[in-house]
Amino acid sequence: MIYNELNETHIDVLKEIGNIGAGNAATSLSQMLSKTIEMNVPEVDILNLDDAIDTMGGHENIVVGVLVSFYGDIDGVILFLLKKEFVHLILNSLMGTELNSFEEISEMEMSALSEIGNIMVSSYVNSIASLTEMAIDITVPSVCIDMTGAIIDAVASEFSEVSDKVMFIKEKYFCGEETIYSNMLLLPSVTSLKILLNKFGMEI
Amino acid sequence: MSDELVVGISDMKIARAPQELISYALGSCVGICIIDKVKKVAGMVHVMLPSSSIGDNVNAFKYADTGIPEMVKQMEALGCLRAHMTAKIAGGAKMFEIKSTSTIGNIGERNVLATKEVLSKLNIKITSQDVGANYGRTITFNSSSGDLKIKSFAKDVKII
Repeated sequence: MIYNELNETHIDVLKEIGNIGAGNAATSLSQMLSKTIEMNVPEVDILNLDDAIDTMGGHENIVVGVLVSFYGDIDGVILFLLKKEFVHLILNSLMGTELNSFEEISEMEMSALSEIGNIMVSSYVNSIASLTEMAIDITVPSVCIDMTGAIIDAVASEFSEVSDKVMFIKEKYFCGEETIYSNMLLLPSVTSLKILLNKFGMEI
Repeated sequence: MSDELVVGISDMKIARAPQELISYALGSCVGICIIDKVKKVAGMVHVMLPSSSIGDNVNAFKYADTGIPEMVKQMEALGCLRAHMTAKIAGGAKMFEIKSTSTIGNIGERNVLATKEVLSKLNIKITSQDVGANYGRTITFNSSSGDLKIKSFAKDVKII
């Protein structure tokens, strides 16, 4: 409901907020993997659930989801979704392992993914916090491997008070010859969305 | 040969034998399947939230408390009898474990509780269920046999 009340200027501000963290997150990733990572300008879209699910390869596509909630001056959740190629890049760079299928993923590999998610989300949140001069903390991430549809519906349900739409931030990374997409869903609570927009001089 | 009706998120469909109803990748959502075995008519509704009082109320099928009665009403309009109806339910998982001050993580459980309450008020018996746990489910409901097939990641297919 609230996303429907937003005008183009509001959406531009939200897109900018989405953009701010992206560069920092890419830098953190590059440092952790000891690889040069280049990136395009991220795409930020307000999508309904079905379109968000399609972007991730459809309802039954298996992905890794890393969920972090943030709290403090604003609250909400960030869901980081990793497709198979991205997971393979991370595990191969960090642990030298080959990922043949998600069924074979080990506990150790899960915690590596959780840590990567944690660091990327932290750098994201930190850049939003410093820009807006707000205090924002994050929780320990929770990770799961499952169907895209199930992951997105579970996260969206908790925040359906906001709307049936989600802010989807898609970044294209170039790492050597590989092109990898990083996908993040940013879901602030209603109050937090208002606070964020107010910080940029806007009312809703 | 295969005649499938896809039920989306916050959606409801009614099928006649031998059609099948399918809903993909339920997370914390709950799929409620009701069949009138005499009439061979089956309905499936995919609800996201327990109660319409916490939402914008535009779509009845988004909520357990409005979606299930509406489906039953539409089945009755097709000649089904309440006394012949039985239900199977699936979903309501807790996909993420989050330790925080927020309420994240209990929506699946609340959906299941609300579903059971609504079905009991409607006097419709739940003959089997596969709810909770921490994984997603794709469900297929056969309107001839009343079998509910459940498919999950890295798990065997289950029929309840």
